[in-house]
Amino acid sequence: MAQEGQEHPISTYLWVWILLFVLSACSYYVDFAGFQGFTRWSLVILFMFLKAYFICAVFMHMVWERMALVLALFIPTFAIIVFVGIMGFESDYTQLGRKVFFDTGKPATVYAVPHSEVHKDSHEEKGDH
Amino acid sequence: MATTSKIPLKDGMDGFVSDWASDQRAFKGVPWGKAMMWIFLLSDTFIFSCFLIAYMTARWSTVEPWPNTSEVFSLTVNGVSVPLLLIAIMTFILITSSGTMAMAVRSGYQKKRKQAGALLFLTAVLGLSFVGMQAFEWSKLIAEGIRPWENPFGARQFGSVFFMVTGFHGIHVSFGVLFLFITARKVLRGDYDTGRRGFFTWQKGRYEIIETLGLYWHFVDLVWVFIFAFFYLW
Repeated sequence: MAQEGQEHPISTYLWVWILLFVLSACSYYVDFAGFQGFTRWSLVILFMFLKAYFICAVFMHMVWERMALVLALFIPTFAIIVFVGIMGFESDYTQLGRKVFFDTGKPATVYAVPHSEVHKDSHEEKGDH
Repeated sequence: MATTSKIPLKDGMDGFVSDWASDQRAFKGVPWGKAMMWIFLLSDTFIFSCFLIAYMTARWSTVEPWPNTSEVFSLTVNGVSVPLLLIAIMTFILITSSGTMAMAVRSGYQKKRKQAGALLFLTAVLGLSFVGMQAFEWSKLIAEGIRPWENPFGARQFGSVFFMVTGFHGIHVSFGVLFLFITARKVLRGDYDTGRRGFFTWQKGRYEIIETLGLYWHFVDLVWVFIFAFFYLW
């Protein structure tokens, strides 16, 4: 362990830089070409993870780090996938509830009801005017 | 600083086990500042994950249609509407700034003071232009009537998610720019050669600081990759 710094040839950085440009252009093209459905989200995810990998691996020097650090940072991120799964189920359930109980087929426009409107019926029932 | 070990370090999974079982330090061959930055970035990963998961939950649970980001974020150039043009430019600028940052780290370790300082300065300017474009985008959308509680394009959660996620990322970029300018000034003045003490911590700095700052800056770029994919392209 003579030196604790990371030093790599400039060409490595330039190649990754170009690669990130190409991958960004590809993901932008997905929108530009108007791909929809499975093609769209599979390509978006593919380019996203490729870009994330190259930024982490080369720019952040992850491929040259010791396994002790790499795993300490990489393994905890799997908890995120579990959380995504949980909230995926939860949001489906919430949407079902909203469709069953609240969806009138019209856009919701009423945000507040005047106080007098809310109590109109109860006043009439009691007969105090 | 450097712990010189007589026993050679093992590599791979054997190295992982022996490093974690060892005395004094688990992260060998890494300056403590860099290890701490990595741990901070891991916690920041969870914060941004929570934002993006909240966005996913809002989008999947709403019964109103989600606004078409391709149209909301389009710019009109010479009478032609180009989808996501500004966002694409912002993406390329952030990647470019990551490239200059990586090269600044390299120049720093080679003790090329002026080159490292200039590259840090360039990174900061690129970051500043990113924040400027984001401010332009925000004011454009606010003028179009997008608010955290409503918008004319569809589901009301769209505005809250947009301002929350891009705002938090923008704050990260802004603080990164601030520290890039500070570090660029220190490098150009030769603080890491002369051992001049910092104004806040009163510690002597080293060129490793550029790599630690670089990790933060690349992380900001990394987060943008996910925001770009999930929020703008999805």
